[in-house]
Amino acid sequence: MLQVLLSRWQQGYRTMAWPEGDVVLPDRLRGRPVLRPEACRDGCDRCRQVCPTGAILGLGPTLAIDLGRCLFCGECERACAPGAIRFTNEHRLATGRREDLIVRGGPGYKLAEPLTGEVGALFARSCKIRQVSAGGCNACEADINVLGTLAFDMGRFGLQVVASPRHADAVAVTGPVPHQMKLALAKTVAATPTPRVIIAVGACAIAGGPFAGHAEVNDGAACVAPADLSIPGCPPHPLTILDGLLRLIGRMPAGR
Amino acid sequence: MIGARVINGGTVPVRDIPVLGMEAFRAAVIEAVRDGAGLAAYFGYPLAPDGAVAPPGGGAAVAGGRTGGAPAGSAGGGTHPVRLVAVLTWPMAGGCEVVATDPGESFPALTPDCPPAHWFEREIAEQWALRPEGHPWLKPIRYHRAWRPGDAWGRPPGTEILPCVTDFFRVEGDEIHEVAVGPVHAGVIEPGHFRFQCHGEQVFHLEIALGYQHRGVERALAGGPDPRTPHLMETLAGDTTIGHSLAYAHLVEGMTGVKAPARALAIRALALELERLANHVGDLGALANDVGFLPTASYCGRLRGDFLNLSALVCGSRFGRGLVRPGGVRFDLDPARLESLKNRFEPVARDVESAVTLLWRSSSVLARFEETGRVPRETALALGLVGPAARASGVERDVRMDFPTGFYRFLQVPVALLPSGDVFARAFVRWLEIQRSEAFIRQVLAGLPEGPCQADGPVVAGSEVPLPPHLLGVSLVEGWRGEICHVAVTDGAGRFGWYKVVDPSFHNWMGLAMALRDQPISDFPLCNKSFNLSYCGHDL
Ligand code: SF4
Ligand code: SF4
Repeated sequence: MLQVLLSRWQQGYRTMAWPEGDVVLPDRLRGRPVLRPEACRDGCDRCRQVCPTGAILGLGPTLAIDLGRCLFCGECERACAPGAIRFTNEHRLATGRREDLIVRGGPGYKLAEPLTGEVGALFARSCKIRQVSAGGCNACEADINVLGTLAFDMGRFGLQVVASPRHADAVAVTGPVPHQMKLALAKTVAATPTPRVIIAVGACAIAGGPFAGHAEVNDGAACVAPADLSIPGCPPHPLTILDGLLRLIGRMPAGR
Repeated sequence: MIGARVINGGTVPVRDIPVLGMEAFRAAVIEAVRDGAGLAAYFGYPLAPDGAVAPPGGGAAVAGGRTGGAPAGSAGGGTHPVRLVAVLTWPMAGGCEVVATDPGESFPALTPDCPPAHWFEREIAEQWALRPEGHPWLKPIRYHRAWRPGDAWGRPPGTEILPCVTDFFRVEGDEIHEVAVGPVHAGVIEPGHFRFQCHGEQVFHLEIALGYQHRGVERALAGGPDPRTPHLMETLAGDTTIGHSLAYAHLVEGMTGVKAPARALAIRALALELERLANHVGDLGALANDVGFLPTASYCGRLRGDFLNLSALVCGSRFGRGLVRPGGVRFDLDPARLESLKNRFEPVARDVESAVTLLWRSSSVLARFEETGRVPRETALALGLVGPAARASGVERDVRMDFPTGFYRFLQVPVALLPSGDVFARAFVRWLEIQRSEAFIRQVLAGLPEGPCQADGPVVAGSEVPLPPHLLGVSLVEGWRGEICHVAVTDGAGRFGWYKVVDPSFHNWMGLAMALRDQPISDFPLCNKSFNLSYCGHDL
């Protein structure tokens, strides 16, 4: 018993001060890219050739990256000699609408907005999440799980993963949804009482991720239900996921 | 040894692999396994008339300008016959042996005389519509259509194949009941289906049915390497990103003769051990949680993250995404980063020690761990278990020691071994491995070789640099769950005609089923956690 107390003292208090305070993210973390279409050279399409998922949508003045498909591998940044593509370690990435995931030149990126009306009022203080893992690599799941550890402690915002869809307000989907999992996912969503929200976590659940286009999968959660919140990344950093969830339930402090 | 010899990370021309008659092949594999060889891989690939691996057929265009992933139910391998290949590992000889056979449409199963072939032959039947005759339990493992015309079970074309809708082993009797769990489980866990045959609390038999995570990776790898290949490697099992991407890098380097510089080898080994530490520490926390011992559960949850954050310090990704590529590593350790790595590592290691030793001092924890889910050594050997699960049953197998590659040729990690085969042993082996990995990392950080961390020139930058034609390459890595095996066969154009992945979980799921024999069903979560196998690594 003494040992337990001693180790408790040694381990200290570990829950991060975020979102009020700041956290230091790894300098090499690849977060939101910044594009300079004016630097893109005529006739060059190196970035498109190296991109594993076809996430580069346009070149030249229309240079754009679809963060829904992007794996944040940074290959395009390496390939782009004039430096038109640069990844920053900005971790805030989650959006409400699928089309808001497209990054272009110039400022502005529309992060997810709080739910409004009845759902907004219902979920602001307590939002229970049923997670369904459907065909990904289990890294997105790991980074959702980590939100329950004492470092992130999502319980302090009323967020909790629950076992039964009957107890859930939200379904968080990971993976590209293989045919094998489509029915199970559809049944889980159907078993979740309305009003409910659907959250797509990771490139797989948004657009198929590294498995996009495989005949065995359905390229994400939308084959069952459109997402109310899309959290890009492969996998998204846990803070990116928590940031998205807090924005959705309106718990992100103003100005952050 | 009658097969072709290949060292770990080496290659052999396809024409030098002896193609034995079915009976000779069968005898060779059975005898080798009886004599102590491991069955690292056993698979089929389509054979073109000229004896080369047939190019994968029916490619569907995929976003990103690549092809791959033939439409479901189409004949990936066309109507070609199928060649079977077995890769045997010989720890005493420090190398592998490769044998092949051309079995026709059906062949006498090896499984009755060679239990480690059990899962492989079910996979061969499912993928290539061949029939291993006399297989004692011939069922699909992933529930998809074969990649050739035909069906090992005679299911008419066009009928839907539903996952895990099949016969299950049943125990009959008055007070017998069946418990079915999954695919969707209670926590944040991958999908799978478990059937328990119970007598009251007691489990007579557990059958595990998987396939829900099947996303067509092997089929998509055929025709590569291309820009997506490294990403498919990194996501074979997300918690084993370094392990699998390392197996791929070694394989390509072996085929091209490119040598990754010493500094790259050191950084790779560092990353592989950090991956092991994160997972072992996380699993010890999860085991503590399953017996309601919350201090260790909560500390280890945080400490696992601290190790992941060290990986992120190296390469920006907590899972090591983007770090390992053929030819080297993508991120170097500048002096400041190295310093900060050293400084951050020690306090984490210290806190791990204080969190984990609590487990061994708590009699309530030990009472739950000891004698639970025992897998005797004979069973572990017979099934061909790998990794910590095998070592906890007294089976001395560790790729880092038996077939060292990369930095493990210069710096050894002693094998951790325990005899009892129970949850306690599987937990304590992890703790021994944690300490040995930490010692290894300290040495790597203290003596990081100077020089570049990437070989000159493009090694295999995607589509433009093909590999040598008609080669078979074998690559083994000791991932945190155990032996990872990748085998590639190139076609005449230097593309992957077939790329075989064997995740350690593929060998070990049967071990979990055996651990549950005669256990109370309430101990399933604990036993399951003590193995912590990968669904996606199995389902591919
Ligand atoms: S970072 Fe994203 S857009 Fe760039 S190459 Fe990788 S996947 Fe494509
Ligand atoms: S998005 Fe990436 S990390 Fe997440 S499940 Fe898919 S492959 Fe894994």
